[in-house]
Amino acid sequence: MQIPHEVTARPDTGLYNAKLGIWLFLASEVMLFGGLFSGYIFLRLGAEPGYWPHGLLNVPVGTFNTAVLILSSVTVVLSWAALKMRKFAQYKFYMAITILCGILFLVVKLAYEYPQKFNHFGVFIKKESLEKYEPYLGNAFLKEHNLDPRYEITGHLLDAPKGSHYAEVAEKNAEHFEHELHAEGEHSAEGLAPIIRTDDPTDYVIQLDEVNAEPTSEDNERPHFWPKKLSMKTAVIHAEDLEISSPSMFIPRHSSYFAVYFTITGLHGAHVLAGVLVFLYFWGPGAKLYKTNPEHLANRVEVVGLFWHFVDLVWIFVFPLFYLL
Amino acid sequence: MSDSHSPAVTPTNHAPAHADEHGHHDMHLKLYWGIGAALIALTGFTVFLSYIDFGSRSRNIVIALLVAAFKVSLVGAIFMHLKGEKPTITRFLYFTAFFVCGLFLLTLLAWTDPIFGTSHNTH
Repeated sequence: MQIPHEVTARPDTGLYNAKLGIWLFLASEVMLFGGLFSGYIFLRLGAEPGYWPHGLLNVPVGTFNTAVLILSSVTVVLSWAALKMRKFAQYKFYMAITILCGILFLVVKLAYEYPQKFNHFGVFIKKESLEKYEPYLGNAFLKEHNLDPRYEITGHLLDAPKGSHYAEVAEKNAEHFEHELHAEGEHSAEGLAPIIRTDDPTDYVIQLDEVNAEPTSEDNERPHFWPKKLSMKTAVIHAEDLEISSPSMFIPRHSSYFAVYFTITGLHGAHVLAGVLVFLYFWGPGAKLYKTNPEHLANRVEVVGLFWHFVDLVWIFVFPLFYLL
Repeated sequence: MSDSHSPAVTPTNHAPAHADEHGHHDMHLKLYWGIGAALIALTGFTVFLSYIDFGSRSRNIVIALLVAAFKVSLVGAIFMHLKGEKPTITRFLYFTAFFVCGLFLLTLLAWTDPIFGTSHNTH
């Protein structure tokens, strides 16, 4: 049976079926992401000063991925235009670039950005204990400069409490740190080697991020474009000084920030994956339709292209809201 | 069943739909590359603006969102062909905009009904 208006537009609306369908679907997608972004606004407005982290994501990598997604938006529209002009080879070429861009975006996200977060550690210090950790927090300095207070100490975990499920990661990090120390021959300011492991089975040892190693440096007041390497300094944190259940890698349980970051970017990543799978189909077996009905293939590519532009559009908001501000 | 497409390969359906289609699309190709370049440049601009202190973080956020809204309008108008799109689609989008605004307002309503002891009403 031939379905009417599958290829040609319905005279009254001027639309073919799939175009009507994809726009309705995108409207529901706007509501889906709208709900999550409104959750983001709620959590962010509700966060006490100092509890919404800044500068924890890699901005150059995020910028790169944004550019990759924009490039793929250009190539997908070019692949559609190539079909409209009946240039099949050009269509295949631009579609291949789009697919490669989509895969590159996912690889950067899943194989580089996420794993880096999964190995980054942070602890929130209880308000009563802040004074003890002032050398790593620099709150007096921040107050003087009218900046939000700092409650968190971050870096690589070198020694986890006994029985912690982070023990294995900590062991690996400690070995890596020892190796680095050995290579650089570096010691702490007092000429002593930094502490890597403690005897107390409840303590945490962290190789500090630059911001906690030099908390009163004006250079660390605001995040930088290029992420800084970890310092060669370490800190021992006592379990009793921590906010309940605060010690965590940068995973969703770490904070509202990472919870909403992983939810939105994870869902966005799932959309990128879905788009790539559909593109692969239209690049491979689905492209056969060109032989029988090129206009129909052009319509299908236009529709998946609309979905792809929407995915790009969501990222345009994700990038500044999570990476930059 | 009035769809006019033919399942067989014919010279007609392998030719561009209109006689001037080639010239028309070539012009568009340049536009697509131009918009892509503008979007990448605007991404760089957003990054640049985020390191400038506009007085408060909320001002920085508003400025970044204005640039993002402009980028979104470029993607919508040119890549998604909303410029010159049929009124049915435009109508869908008006409804979507209305309901998504309602959704955001619902979230903000939560501020009128605070749960005591949670952090957001300690300030």
